[in-house]
Amino acid sequence: MPDDDRTPPPADLYRQLLLCRRFEEVVAEQYREGRVPGPLHLALGQEATAVGVCAALRRTDVITSTHRGHHHCLAKGADVDRMMAELLGRRTGYSGGRNGSMHIADPDVGLLGTNGIVGGGLPIATGAAFGLQVQGRDDVAVCFFGEGATATGNFGEALNIAALWALPIVFVCENNRFAELTPSSTHVAGEVWQRAEAYGFPGVRVDGSDVHAVADATHDAVARARAGDGPTLVEVMTYRLSGHYVGDPATYRDEAEAQAWRDRDAVARARAALTGTEAAAVDDEIEELLATAVDRALAAPTADPEELG
Amino acid sequence: MTTTVDGVRSLKYWQGVNQALHQEMDRDERVVLVGEDVGGPGGPYGVTRNLRATFGPNRVRDTPISESTIAGLGIGAAAVGLRPVVELMFFDFCMLAMDQIVNQAAKYRYFTGRSLPLTIRTMSGSGGSYGAQHCQSFEAWFAAVPGLTVVMPSNARDAKGLLKSAIRSDDPTLVIETFGLLTARRDTPVDEDFLVPLGVAETRRSGDDVTVVATGRMVDRSLEAAERAAAGGVSVEVIDPRTIAPLDRTAIVESVSRTGRLVVVQEASAPFSLAAEVCALAAEECFDRLRAAPVRLCADFVNVPTPQDLIEARVPGVDDILAAVTRVTGR
Ligand SMILES: Cc1ncc(C[n+]2csc(CCOP(=O)(O)OP(=O)(O)O)c2C)c(N)n1
Ligand SMILES: [Mg+2]
Repeated sequence: MPDDDRTPPPADLYRQLLLCRRFEEVVAEQYREGRVPGPLHLALGQEATAVGVCAALRRTDVITSTHRGHHHCLAKGADVDRMMAELLGRRTGYSGGRNGSMHIADPDVGLLGTNGIVGGGLPIATGAAFGLQVQGRDDVAVCFFGEGATATGNFGEALNIAALWALPIVFVCENNRFAELTPSSTHVAGEVWQRAEAYGFPGVRVDGSDVHAVADATHDAVARARAGDGPTLVEVMTYRLSGHYVGDPATYRDEAEAQAWRDRDAVARARAALTGTEAAAVDDEIEELLATAVDRALAAPTADPEELG
Repeated sequence: MTTTVDGVRSLKYWQGVNQALHQEMDRDERVVLVGEDVGGPGGPYGVTRNLRATFGPNRVRDTPISESTIAGLGIGAAAVGLRPVVELMFFDFCMLAMDQIVNQAAKYRYFTGRSLPLTIRTMSGSGGSYGAQHCQSFEAWFAAVPGLTVVMPSNARDAKGLLKSAIRSDDPTLVIETFGLLTARRDTPVDEDFLVPLGVAETRRSGDDVTVVATGRMVDRSLEAAERAAAGGVSVEVIDPRTIAPLDRTAIVESVSRTGRLVVVQEASAPFSLAAEVCALAAEECFDRLRAAPVRLCADFVNVPTPQDLIEARVPGVDDILAAVTRVTGR
């Protein structure tokens, strides 16, 4: 049974999940209108990973994200207007609209950054955990990465140091079954969660369609980290409903597999936990929020060529 | 695609690369292809399509995201008798394989006295709107390492001919393909034995008043600027070095000695770059012949942005090249 104290109240939970889902759908529409500079990697179907994990975090905890990180940013509390503006290449965006989706950061809410380099966040999150440990803070670092990143040297280096120094870190592997255009069977030997054991710390695997299960596992891992007992590896089994990037026809994907995931959709399940009126109120609220964000962004000037650095 | 009587076809850049790989893998079974998504998907941008279907999964391998080991796979396999072609998707990702390329591959002949027939393919340039971690130009870094050959094809013909030469070369060669040019066309010989020699520049246009040395995306822009300058009575010579290391110093010195003027155009920024090297060469070897100070016309020394208009603001355009030509000629 899910421990309800460990996840936000049902309406909040649905609001957060829906925000991640609709934010990306709206940005994808803008992309198709030609208003989004640069590539766009969506995490449709993976919302419960970000929302479940961040339910166990506080503002002063820090995360590192990836090239597919809008949901991580939103769940950690990044500003919707500034994110939308960044994606639409506007001066009011997080980085003045110069950089787009793969380079969003907001250290004030503990978001150290999305990243264009696969595995690039693993050493940085480990370093953040080191910094938190040295300062004697009881905050933790969470590193989000895809299962594709477990093939990088950074993965082994980070897990080893985190274990040796008992760093306050949670490694969250978001296993969405694909790395770019090939299935994870091409990339990952063995089971990701079991790799923790070799370094002497716990590894767990959770169902990424169940936001309560994700939150539960993360709460345990975070409690361990705050207590000074070191890292945990949480492998979230999820599914990438979108292509690798917007525009990817994803012909390599098995439609039945995708449908099975849609049938277990965490966003729909969170909605079903509400009454019809409650749900509709949240729907309206999110649509309004996003429409406003788009309007505000489009009213702002595009990125300034004089402001490159 | 139609073949003309003289065996020349108009190929897109990616087709030049693809044809080179097909021909060399067909010619020599020691040639293998290794990289992320190069096999089943035919490459993230379709450059390696049909190679796996033609040569099978033993010789065409999809790897995990493990750049350092991808480079090392090439080194080790070359050491035991293969002639591997490894792909590191973007130049920026070569940073993860720096040790294997710089400390290992480049030193192999020096340490062992043996050849290392390794080709590393990668892609550079800001033609793709992919931002500050996918669009960088590091050619000068690698050109500064003894033991590495570095080539930078700017068109389909060279993409084919240089890659074939790299594969047949006995030493590690880094082939830097240019993202913004993948669909650009140039007439290319279909002949299996057509090669572009390593270390030899190509004079793309002859002229008497100014030498423009250009690489990558800047070659076509320089040719266009030269055309426009000609209308104004200024005769521009355009040289594409094609190989960055070893640089064809003779061709550049000969040209600059004749024209007395030099503009170097590149997509990398100026500090410590190929442009800096070429200007130093002109200062050392052509000092008495120079009639104007050499000019480095390069990308601004800032990170690569994502929006297309900002990218264009950062790199030299045809008008900038024309302005530089006007500046050095005074007309
Ligand atoms: C070091 C590096 N190598 C390759 C790439 C190209 N690339 C971008 S996303 C991706 C797949 C990543 O897969 P995974 O880690 O599972 O994340 P997902 O895309 O599934 O979220 C690859 C290979 C990159 N960005 N960085
Ligand atoms: Mg993945």
